[in-house]
Amino acid sequence: MKYKSQQVAYWFFALCMLLFALQIVYGFIMGFARIGMDGLHDWIPFNTARAVHTNLLVVWLLTGFMGAAYYIIPEEAQRELVSVKLAYVQLISLAVVGVAAITGYHFNIWEGRKFLEIPRELDYLVVVNVLLFLGIILATLFKGKRQTTTALVMTMGLVFAALLYLPGMIWFDSQVTDSFFRWWVVHLWVEGVWELIMGGILAFLLIKLTGVDREVIEKWLYVIVGLTFLSGILGTGHHYYYIGVNKIWLVVGGVFSALEPLAFLAMALFAVYMYRKGEKNHPNKIALFWTIGAAIVSFIGAGLLGFAHTLPQTNLYTHGTLVTAMHGHYAFWGAYVMIVLAIISYAMPNITGRKRHDKTNGHLAFWLSNIGMLGMVVALGVAGVVQVYLERRLSMDFMIAQEEVKIHFVVMLLCATMFATGIGIYIYEFIKYGRPTNEALSKKEETVLVS
Amino acid sequence: MLSKSQARTFFLGGTLVTFLIFIGLTIYSMAPSNDQSNHQNITEQVIKGKHIWETNNCMGCHAIMGEGGYYAPELTKVIDRRGAPLVKAILQSPIPWAPNGRKMVAYEMSDEDAEAMIEYLKWIGEIDLNGFDRIVSPLAKDKLKD
Repeated sequence: MKYKSQQVAYWFFALCMLLFALQIVYGFIMGFARIGMDGLHDWIPFNTARAVHTNLLVVWLLTGFMGAAYYIIPEEAQRELVSVKLAYVQLISLAVVGVAAITGYHFNIWEGRKFLEIPRELDYLVVVNVLLFLGIILATLFKGKRQTTTALVMTMGLVFAALLYLPGMIWFDSQVTDSFFRWWVVHLWVEGVWELIMGGILAFLLIKLTGVDREVIEKWLYVIVGLTFLSGILGTGHHYYYIGVNKIWLVVGGVFSALEPLAFLAMALFAVYMYRKGEKNHPNKIALFWTIGAAIVSFIGAGLLGFAHTLPQTNLYTHGTLVTAMHGHYAFWGAYVMIVLAIISYAMPNITGRKRHDKTNGHLAFWLSNIGMLGMVVALGVAGVVQVYLERRLSMDFMIAQEEVKIHFVVMLLCATMFATGIGIYIYEFIKYGRPTNEALSKKEETVLVS
Repeated sequence: MLSKSQARTFFLGGTLVTFLIFIGLTIYSMAPSNDQSNHQNITEQVIKGKHIWETNNCMGCHAIMGEGGYYAPELTKVIDRRGAPLVKAILQSPIPWAPNGRKMVAYEMSDEDAEAMIEYLKWIGEIDLNGFDRIVSPLAKDKLKD
């Protein structure tokens, strides 16, 4: 860690760990409800658990992105953050808004629009919070000694993410128009601008971990985010096939969705190639595992599994089934969760000054959570395909088909236990690192061994 | 080999062009002549129904037009399939409706609210969903019969 203000990132990461743990708890509540064990129904019915589970994901990932920005931007801009105090104000207000929203869901206070359940009043607070965050980041960047491509791409992602929140706040009388613009937020976030943020973090980590020349990495960063937007913007069409808008989206969405895996393929190839090309033997192997892992798993989860059900002919049957849940879990895990865990793994030794990065626990956390998640995705995938076949090909009643796929949720819960154990170890390691220390400053960032 | 500035041009150019096309297609889709949703049939009651649908987060369990949770049945043509009286009874039930043991929240809706929900669901049922409502069973009633 070169700059004292980078310590702010630690508290963002700590909030991430807390919210992530809570997200997993609500996931279990839903999993158990699906196998008929819904003893919590009176206090936490399924729709509450679901809203909490998905919204916590969004909030903790955004918290992670913000933490990553507070860590990366000072180093890229080569100066301290313009205001550390305001960054803490922003962190606390973010936590307050998040907690208020999540608590409200338990009292039927929400705006039930999948993924955007936060009630309108709190939306305005979110906007103020994000403006404050962007103010700090942009001011630091432009007052900085240099504006690198990595920093610019990441910041651009954060600015667009904020702008794209706005279409979700317009009120429409028609459910169709409502859904249409809701996807402007949800799709253009996760299959668009968030990938800029991910690309920025990935580029930063690859520069640090592999030692490959910045110019080479940043050139490919442009190509990858270029491919992302080229396919992803019009790929929004795959959400418009069957929601009551024009048929033109069947063609546009179909063609551009089919191109979407290209961006992820490029990202995976790029990460692996840079790793092989790198001459630096960086001691933080755990961070490297998560970084390369993110690039590869995002290609499978977001790219391939996404492609598996975005062709209109397939989506006609899979639209609104567990197949979506299958793809959603692996895509979020690979593309966003793993990259946030990668930057945390990379930053922690530098922030705290403790080089605990090659412990068995770290590897255990990586493998247990990855194998657990893969198992969950396979269980959801099998359940989804069976559901499609029974309900949509054989006309079986929804509830009867659900009975048939119950067993897959038992398997899913077992895998989820493995996954949660992995994440538990990751969080334990996070706590063991302890608080940020000033001694970590001015030290040479990492001992670099040239192979 | 591609230079860094060419790569940047590819990124900025590609983004701009696809975004403009996206805006164009959005305007095209929203044009009244391309409406598939019977927009003129959205009454005060339908709007009220939509509001109740949202403020109770029905989408957290049910799907509508294929969107939402996957815990409870798709409600796109539910009035067609199950009839308004049954739907109304479920919405007004004081005890959780629990088909096959999977519980729904007991909303105990007033007559007025339940009627608004039914009007909303009726309007949804008339939207042209590009085949989703005709081909996918059990939404497609005619297919159920053969």
